Amino acid sequence: MTSSVNVLAASFDEQVDNVFAPISEVITGIVFFAVPLDFIDEGVELPLIVVWLVVAGIFFTIYLRGFQFRAFGHAIKLVKGDYNDPEDAGEVTHFQALATAVSGTVGLGNIAGVAVAISLGGPGATLWMIVAGLVGMCTKGVECTLGVKYRNVYPDGRVSGGPMYYLSKGLAEKGMGTLGKVLAIAFCIFTLGGAVGGGNMFQSNQAFSQARSVTGGEDGLLGFGAAGAVFGLVLALLVGAVIIGGIRSIARVTDKIVPFMAVFYVVACLAVLVANLSEVPGALGEIVTEAFSPEAGLGGIVGVLIQGFRRAAFSNEAGLGSAAIAHSAVKTHEPATEGHVAVLEPFVDTVVICTMTALAIVITGTYADDSSAPGVQTTSAAFETVASWFPYVLALAVVLFAYSTMLAWSYYGLKAATYLFGESMVVDRTWKVIFCVFVVIGASSTLDAVIGFSDSMIFAMSLANIIGLYIMAGVVKRELFGYRKRLAEGKVLPLAERGVTQPAAGGSTAASTGLDGTNPTPPPTADPR
Amino acid sequence: MSASIIVGLDGSEASGRAADAAADAARHHHLRLVLACVVPWSPYAFTSAEENERRSIEKEREARAARERVLDPALARLSASSDVEMEGVVRHGHPAETLVSLAREHDAVWIIVGRIGQSRVRTLLFGSTPSSLIQLSPVPVLVVP
Repeated sequence: MTSSVNVLAASFDEQVDNVFAPISEVITGIVFFAVPLDFIDEGVELPLIVVWLVVAGIFFTIYLRGFQFRAFGHAIKLVKGDYNDPEDAGEVTHFQALATAVSGTVGLGNIAGVAVAISLGGPGATLWMIVAGLVGMCTKGVECTLGVKYRNVYPDGRVSGGPMYYLSKGLAEKGMGTLGKVLAIAFCIFTLGGAVGGGNMFQSNQAFSQARSVTGGEDGLLGFGAAGAVFGLVLALLVGAVIIGGIRSIARVTDKIVPFMAVFYVVACLAVLVANLSEVPGALGEIVTEAFSPEAGLGGIVGVLIQGFRRAAFSNEAGLGSAAIAHSAVKTHEPATEGHVAVLEPFVDTVVICTMTALAIVITGTYADDSSAPGVQTTSAAFETVASWFPYVLALAVVLFAYSTMLAWSYYGLKAATYLFGESMVVDRTWKVIFCVFVVIGASSTLDAVIGFSDSMIFAMSLANIIGLYIMAGVVKRELFGYRKRLAEGKVLPLAERGVTQPAAGGSTAASTGLDGTNPTPPPTADPR
Repeated sequence: MSASIIVGLDGSEASGRAADAAADAARHHHLRLVLACVVPWSPYAFTSAEENERRSIEKEREARAARERVLDPALARLSASSDVEMEGVVRHGHPAETLVSLAREHDAVWIIVGRIGQSRVRTLLFGSTPSSLIQLSPVPVLVVP
């Protein structure tokens, strides 16, 4: 009896996988269409989508004259609140917009994705990942400037933005309304796919993988056939409790834990580095030399570079447009301010957190172990070199990151769904139920099928988004450079230097919060908020 | 602008007694009375994307609730029994810091608050508004039991 249950259960996960794998393969084939570079080396292929993302990053870095580096200092001041208007107390601050976006991006891409990049591309992939992160900072700044500039303010006072709005409104301003509409719709369709893929299945898959491995692997607590489905179901219930059930307390708790977990994760990685201190110089050398791996020839370099760039893009989402949705709710009169703040996001995600994971993996050499599939377990093995209980810490981080990323992507998906099908309870509920179902599917599939699908849908978002970014490049330049000029001329001052700017008697009373229907002084740039 | 007394209100009984004491002092010393209700809020709190989307609406709702439930009843009660010039202010922010900045804006000579706010547990964990005020305030603080 027990054995028949087990066989039945085992076949459930397999069935899910059998149905899902071929679909994933077809989509991956299209999005990751690769040009064979046989003239360089036999078997080297260049996926055009990676070129698409990197070229956009490089273009904007040059076009905006290294904006992401010049913006850094001011971005930190904005996040600290030096420029917060006291009148805006109670609204969404730059810090909050950034923190929300970061908790959506810091996910398993930072732990599992990096492990995949290094397992397939070698230590050199780390360097290219950092380069991709630095370049991606600029793309992110561009997206978020547009996100705020063209955001929607609904009659009831809600504020939301994102590529669908800047594509449709921004391109209409340029007389390309139809193209804008088409791109916006395409973006939303891919966002739905990306939300169930990278934002959901990849997360639940890897969370399960790590939970199974710390509980004893195949023979442990989660070793039975349908364990993936059961784990997925529990996770789906937890996600559903927040997004469908509206149990905000769970989300509020994770919102507060995730940032500390991120700091804790970085500290844990540093502990791995300290425990293997003697290996550090060698590993750093390896990262640099293998990035240009002269012995592997040009083909080797291209292969390493692709892995690094691909996983960096998956992790920091620069160019995909997703973060523009999260950043757009900020309270500001200047879209450029959020453009500044947004450059910090790939910095935290890729240049800091991904690099930490990479160093831990390279230094401990766990990427060379073929006994398990590359993924979160590679990182786990690196953590185990410090102490036997360290993988449990990682498991906790993995589950929490996965959970917060899922909540963020369910929101991005919802915004896409309501753009496509209109705002209604039916659309809202249908999307959320579908989202929860995919949590279960993700946990029950193999990594290959999930990674293929996740990558393709997430990267497809960049097709529509980046076309729009190129067309609106001039608009962004005017916004960003105009703001920086005003900043340099002293027209934008931090709060402390504004002198006597005491609010009118009564301060932020009912009158100035707009309760009597009047608006405070309208902002310099047209923004209804 | 003439000098004033700031009184912090949070709807508790102690803050009601603080308001009475403040009204007395204002009458005695011919000062304006500023009734302040601060909605606890931090620019560094972590929020979700959905909360951010609705934040402007929520801010207005919180401000309206503070005005209707705390300020208006207190204003009605005090103005019925005295002819002191008084006004109500709602702000979002850290309670003690916001009372201090209100004191600066309104040229206050005192800040008056109730001793016990809404929750003893919170006080135990995060410290109370009166004790932070004593550390921060540029003017004398009167704490009413």
